[in-house]
Amino acid sequence: MEELALHILDLLENALAAGARRIIVTITEDTERGLITIEVEDDGRGIEAEALAQVLDPFYTTRKTRKLGLGLPLFQATAAQCGGDLTLESRPGQGTRVVATLQLGHPDLPPLGDMGATIAAALSSEQEADIIYRHRRGQKEFQFSSSWLKLHLGEVPLNCGPVLDWVRRYINKGLAELHGGEDW
Amino acid sequence: MKSLEELQRIKEAQLEAIRLREADQKAKIVVGMGTCGIAAGAREVMSAILDELGKRRLTGVAVTQTGCIGLCAQEPLVDVILPGKPRVTYGKVDASKARQIVAQHIVNGIVISEWVVNRGEE
Ligand code: FES
Repeated sequence: MEELALHILDLLENALAAGARRIIVTITEDTERGLITIEVEDDGRGIEAEALAQVLDPFYTTRKTRKLGLGLPLFQATAAQCGGDLTLESRPGQGTRVVATLQLGHPDLPPLGDMGATIAAALSSEQEADIIYRHRRGQKEFQFSSSWLKLHLGEVPLNCGPVLDWVRRYINKGLAELHGGEDW
Repeated sequence: MKSLEELQRIKEAQLEAIRLREADQKAKIVVGMGTCGIAAGAREVMSAILDELGKRRLTGVAVTQTGCIGLCAQEPLVDVILPGKPRVTYGKVDASKARQIVAQHIVNGIVISEWVVNRGEE
């Protein structure tokens, strides 16, 4: 995947497929330590222990038996390539937490990419899930939550074109401000 | 804040559409968002659709997504469901095809046959 945001979208899709009602995405750019941490936590049905070992098996993707988590080895490979790693914790019935840490400034680090489009795509799911997105960079923070959006929209559904398009632009604007206007 | 004023305007337009009962017979666009769909550019396809709907101020269209469809070779996949019509699935869609699908199929009701990979019954 050419963007970190596409890996994140894949994690969000996994969470939705696992029936999550609440998904929290936290991105922390620790400029002092030169690390970016991406965490996606959900309260979905989780993964059984035996499947958990398989999900990160590098040969798993070639087996077409189970579709869940196809993108995880890809993200793990990206993290490893960027001097970091990816961990996966899951408890059946309780949820899943994926944490990827990568080195900021590593030559292989993909750009963050279009996080606005990623969150908008996840929100377009017919399944009702609250999505919270927090992005910290040094002392600054940007936050978005779908319940806040719903509060503003009242009876208007999230998944109509103009609303999702607004979400995409709103998030990207917030992130641009966080990065002092510079493009990532 | 400007963004919120804009959201308010979008909300009012949508409420107006609901009042006009357009909502009952909404057109629907579904984008496949499985892993290979994402890798093939499904998110960009969705962004192009959202942008096109926004520009044309088409309020009566629901945009949604679905996970793995099992047609990886044809990704990105886009379904168009017009009220009272069978579902049409387009394959290998990119941003520019997506915009044309909005213009031709959603606005004019013309199916772009050469990109269709599947048609629903009904
Ligand atoms: S991920 Fe593409 S059809 Fe399954």
